[in-house]
Amino acid sequence: MSSLAELSERRAAAVERLGAELGEALVATHEAPGRGTWVRVRTDAWRTAGEVLRHRLGFEYFDFLSAIDWLPSPYGRGEDDPTQPAPERSTEIRPGYTGGETRFQVLARVFDVRNNVGLLLKVDVPDAEPAVASWVPVYAGANWHERETWEMFGIVFAGHPDLRKLYLPTGFEGFPLRKDYPLLARLVKPWPGIVDVEPMPEGMAGEE
Amino acid sequence: MTMISDRQQLSYIASQAADARVNVELETEGMTLNIGPQHPATHGTLRIVCRLDGEQVVWAEPIPGYMHRGYEKLTEVRTFPQVTTLVNRIDWLGSFCNEVPFILAAEQLMDIEAPPRAQHIRTLLFEMGRIANVILFLGDMGVQLGAVTPVFFAFRDREFVLNQIEAATGGRFHPNFDRIGGLKDDLPKGWIDESRAVMRRVRSFCDEMEDLLLGNEIFEARTRGIGVIPREIALQYGLSGANLRASGVDWDLRRDQKLPMAWDKCDWKVWTHPDGDSFARYWVRLQEVRESSKIVDQLLDTMPSGPIMAKVPRIIKVPEGEAWVATENPLGEMGYYVVSKGDLGPFRVKIRSASFSNISVASWVLRGTYVPDVITILASLYFILGDIDR
Repeated sequence: MSSLAELSERRAAAVERLGAELGEALVATHEAPGRGTWVRVRTDAWRTAGEVLRHRLGFEYFDFLSAIDWLPSPYGRGEDDPTQPAPERSTEIRPGYTGGETRFQVLARVFDVRNNVGLLLKVDVPDAEPAVASWVPVYAGANWHERETWEMFGIVFAGHPDLRKLYLPTGFEGFPLRKDYPLLARLVKPWPGIVDVEPMPEGMAGEE
Repeated sequence: MTMISDRQQLSYIASQAADARVNVELETEGMTLNIGPQHPATHGTLRIVCRLDGEQVVWAEPIPGYMHRGYEKLTEVRTFPQVTTLVNRIDWLGSFCNEVPFILAAEQLMDIEAPPRAQHIRTLLFEMGRIANVILFLGDMGVQLGAVTPVFFAFRDREFVLNQIEAATGGRFHPNFDRIGGLKDDLPKGWIDESRAVMRRVRSFCDEMEDLLLGNEIFEARTRGIGVIPREIALQYGLSGANLRASGVDWDLRRDQKLPMAWDKCDWKVWTHPDGDSFARYWVRLQEVRESSKIVDQLLDTMPSGPIMAKVPRIIKVPEGEAWVATENPLGEMGYYVVSKGDLGPFRVKIRSASFSNISVASWVLRGTYVPDVITILASLYFILGDIDR
């Protein structure tokens, strides 16, 4: 087993080589010591980044691909009283590590099994027309992951050979994992679990 | 880019040549065969549509989604401690193993670590979950090939492991035992000695399976060279766990990753097999159960004393951040990508389950095989429906 410092060094080396190949298309990186390295690439360089990682840098293992919707949910945590008017909620889009300019981000992880290094990749998805290039020509295994992301978030993967619904029935409308898609079970009647939560006495919350 | 071993390449070429010969000899009419959603070979509700040419599959596609429960959406309206109840149900045969990576991700974001005794017991129950899970595969694979006895042996011996899990956690299938910062309870009295006896039983079960199946001529004929997945394909499709190691990739997250768990305190071996066929996948899993029982034995001997819970606030708020934690689960790599906004519950959880990737390779590997081998290959890839559909 390699030490954490050694792994972190190898990740930094991989990011450096990726940066050398992509140039300005590598927008931002974030290193969380001992936990991982995040890389954000420009939307038009998404496919190229995959190709470089797989063919030149030895990241042969495709781990997963998904997306994040950074819009805060207009329904909160589904604990509103349906008889009362809905409270005002913030709609500020605040992306996480490596920043971002858009509401949706596609997230993927690739791995190098020889050197035991993994990288987390993010890419902005344009708001007007949510689409990025497909990774299926690079990693064949991205097929199902992209189909799932497409049906759940409505992000189109350009160049995907067979973009059909994976889990949902064919006629399903809407994109369930978007934050503005309501979880109906929580909206039609109050969440029964809420009565069990007894508020902590003043000054006790957050400390033992 | 990658080298396929000569042995793999030869067997692959040989199977292709054999297929080509059959096609020349028999001109047959195509038909579509629908397997499932309800079929014993699918372990749940997975549907597989095959287009056949005679007995040969020319095109196959698995259709999941009959059991999709939307856990990723549900986690967004749960608090962090409530999520373990949900994720227990992903791979229902090894449910304790599902809780661990999520709890570790939350702990990583909160920057706390469970005390050594809790880490120890976690690892112990994790390996017991693996044994309870994979034992069922070892018996079930026989039943898929027409050998009925192994599955009875498997259910018999699995019961002892489940009893131990139940005695420690209170739940046979869904322990829900992990807490952020440690565990719910300590081990009951007498549990350690009983577990040693159970591990001896597990090892004798492995020996029985070796005699009954691995040395069996029919079993070998039905599995050797069937469903060969070369290394490069396995990596591209994100196969993990024993499926990947059976294709010759020496990669095990228990060994290759630094996590606050007790695997690095034990002496054990990661087994690989160069062939990548159904036989190799069975063989690797059998060795894994043996290694797991060894890990459990060593952990039982070296159990540290001390608390089982770190100091955590009564109301758990996880600081803002993102974390990715994966562990080597019975079915393969299981990971959670957790995004927190400093709230009571997660902002987004991406669940990376092993079977999803493991079964996505099916349409590649089923092409060109024969109908009875479809069942062999699906059984050897070993998936749990809840782990595909989440």
